[in-house]
Amino acid sequence: MWGSLGEREERSAAEYRSRERRQAPMSEVSVAPSAAEPLLRVRGLAKHFPVRTGFRGQSLVRAVDGLDFDVRPGETLGLVGESGCGKTTTGRMLVRLLEPTAGTIEFEGRDITHAGRRQLRPLRQDLQIIFQDPYASLNPRHTVGRIIAMPLQVNGIEPPGGVKARVQELLEIVGLNPEHYNRYPHEFSGGQRQRIGIARALALRPKLIVADEPVSALDVSIQAQVVNLLRQLQRDLELAFVFIAHDLAVVRHFCQRVAVMYLGKIVEIGDRVDIYERPQHPYTRALLSAIPDVTKLGPGGRIRLTGDVPTPLDPPSGCRFRTRCWKAQEICATEEPALVSRGGGQAIACHFPESGPVAGESGGTAGVTVEEVSK
Amino acid sequence: MDRPKSVPSGQPGDRPSVPEQRSTSGPYLRVDDLRVRFDTEDGVVRAVDGVSFTVERGRTLGIVGESGSGKSVTSLAILGLHNAKRTTITGEISVGGRQLVGLPEEEVRRLRGRDMAMIFQDPLSALHPYYTVGRQIAEAYRVHHPGAGRREARQRAVDMLGRVGIPQPARRFDQYPHEFSGGMRQRAMIAMALVNDPDLVIADEPTTALDVTVQAQILDLLADLQAEFHSAIIMITHDLGVVSQVADDVLVMYGGRAVERGSVEQVLRRPQHPYTWGLLSSVPSLHGDADEDLVPIRGNPPSLINLPSGCSFHPRCRYADRNGDRSRTEVPQLRPAGGEGHLVACHLSTEERTRLYREDIAHVGVAR
Repeated sequence: MWGSLGEREERSAAEYRSRERRQAPMSEVSVAPSAAEPLLRVRGLAKHFPVRTGFRGQSLVRAVDGLDFDVRPGETLGLVGESGCGKTTTGRMLVRLLEPTAGTIEFEGRDITHAGRRQLRPLRQDLQIIFQDPYASLNPRHTVGRIIAMPLQVNGIEPPGGVKARVQELLEIVGLNPEHYNRYPHEFSGGQRQRIGIARALALRPKLIVADEPVSALDVSIQAQVVNLLRQLQRDLELAFVFIAHDLAVVRHFCQRVAVMYLGKIVEIGDRVDIYERPQHPYTRALLSAIPDVTKLGPGGRIRLTGDVPTPLDPPSGCRFRTRCWKAQEICATEEPALVSRGGGQAIACHFPESGPVAGESGGTAGVTVEEVSK
Repeated sequence: MDRPKSVPSGQPGDRPSVPEQRSTSGPYLRVDDLRVRFDTEDGVVRAVDGVSFTVERGRTLGIVGESGSGKSVTSLAILGLHNAKRTTITGEISVGGRQLVGLPEEEVRRLRGRDMAMIFQDPLSALHPYYTVGRQIAEAYRVHHPGAGRREARQRAVDMLGRVGIPQPARRFDQYPHEFSGGMRQRAMIAMALVNDPDLVIADEPTTALDVTVQAQILDLLADLQAEFHSAIIMITHDLGVVSQVADDVLVMYGGRAVERGSVEQVLRRPQHPYTWGLLSSVPSLHGDADEDLVPIRGNPPSLINLPSGCSFHPRCRYADRNGDRSRTEVPQLRPAGGEGHLVACHLSTEERTRLYREDIAHVGVAR
């Protein structure tokens, strides 16, 4: 299931095949830690990709460059940011589809950063992933039944009542007709395929699911169906989620905590209400105010960020956001701001954080800060 | 046909004040009962089935719909970009007073790129990777200005690149598409579309592939350019937020037909069609109760090969059975929906819709 065949990366496919060959019985289930302890603890997580530059040169893309965060059991953490911020790379490292360059990932207190395949096998039951593209992530030659049963087979699990009954139960849980067991992915619509991917992720009763843009490929009306399904599953099964998305409105509807990423770093992390009502990092404010709001007609007051996200090949010195930030000063170029807690679980990496709430619903989100832009 | 366009090598803003020779007064684009049919192995696809609308200069029409609603097919039909062998187009498309349906390909080609231009969703596949960005823009100019020399076209392209906010346009002219970032590529595409100063610009999901902060820049840019060039814009999108920001009028499409039409105020503030309600209540909001479930539209968008009978939305409509069998048997026509110019294709009576909207819809999602 890990890096299922639809995954584009050949490496994942190779991993998958080798895993299939070595079907081993599951090892003993670990003792669950106390509820206070985080399920997932990430410290200093980094991924640098070597790329060729020029004729002979080589340099590093710092896709993810030092992340710290925790996910508690049953908690939903949203990872948001623009393309290239490293959110997908982070998700793939969490489920160990990518090897971290530095840092540690602890799951239930055990360090899994560099755990080998054998050590990972029991973990993979607890840690599952849902992919963005419901077309590429399902093997077109396998029936839906086989796709969903694969994680059970690979892990050598024989559910009570048999595999078929379990698969049909899963199909029902995700709102598909259990009779469609023998159909192929092409017979399903995009939304239904995403449900199949969700059923597959649920097959092993995981504790944490990494969902990488699970609804962004779907039509608006279907998106709402899948978001509701995920919310219901999260509540009913008390699943923890790392929910990766660029759509902040969807994240607001799904996540209790939100981490905002920019160029491989977390710039702000906090509870949902902190991030959406009292964002303190200028980038979070800009991101929120850039979202076209259906409830307002016409171009409202927005923070206009100039330019694009700089390349992670050569990120700006100091604060990475400074090249687009209207508050940037000298210190921002020389000293990288640390992610500092400001109480109540909210932490911000900025030398000059914003204070005060954004203007209320009717006042326009950007009302306060637009003035500051024009200064 | 020989209407002089902007003076060669002039600034983009120097729209000549030569009076329109062909166009009559009234809307620049008029689409009347447009039908687009594809013959496929699986059967006839009625991708667009009787759609009518108008767009005036300086105005923006937002066409909203999900995949398969016919919104992109409509725009390709206006530009005459469908394969004539496989496509049957009937109805009327009049651009600046000229009837396009049935016009020989040669003549459509002369209009395309000059009087009307398109901005595509994916600039990476719309730009040719082998040629420099500048060369492609200059070529678009020279095709319609045979008298223009190389240097003049280059100057014009550099001007345009600068106008759409690309820094160091003269240096950027000689770069290839892969050297541009996503937002810059989309700007270059806009420069190419506007290089001949078209009167009609069709933008098909121009910001869908972009990040929100860059999307905001591009939407601002389009609005600025429209104010300057006074062009008519069709903005095709699935994003109601984008529509609310840029559109003056909105057309909601479903299964190849128009289900609702009106000003942006009417369609987003006082929506009349159950499908529009469904779209609005499906979209999560940045305000209000985040713990509330969204209200999705049940089921899936229909297949255009096998459209449901009657109102094609009826299998997904919560209110379809309120009219006996009518929704299943009779295709609803666009009728006045209360406000001036507000049209809806639904069998429910205006009073009933008003009541349902107030009771069921007005308090959920962004419809709030």
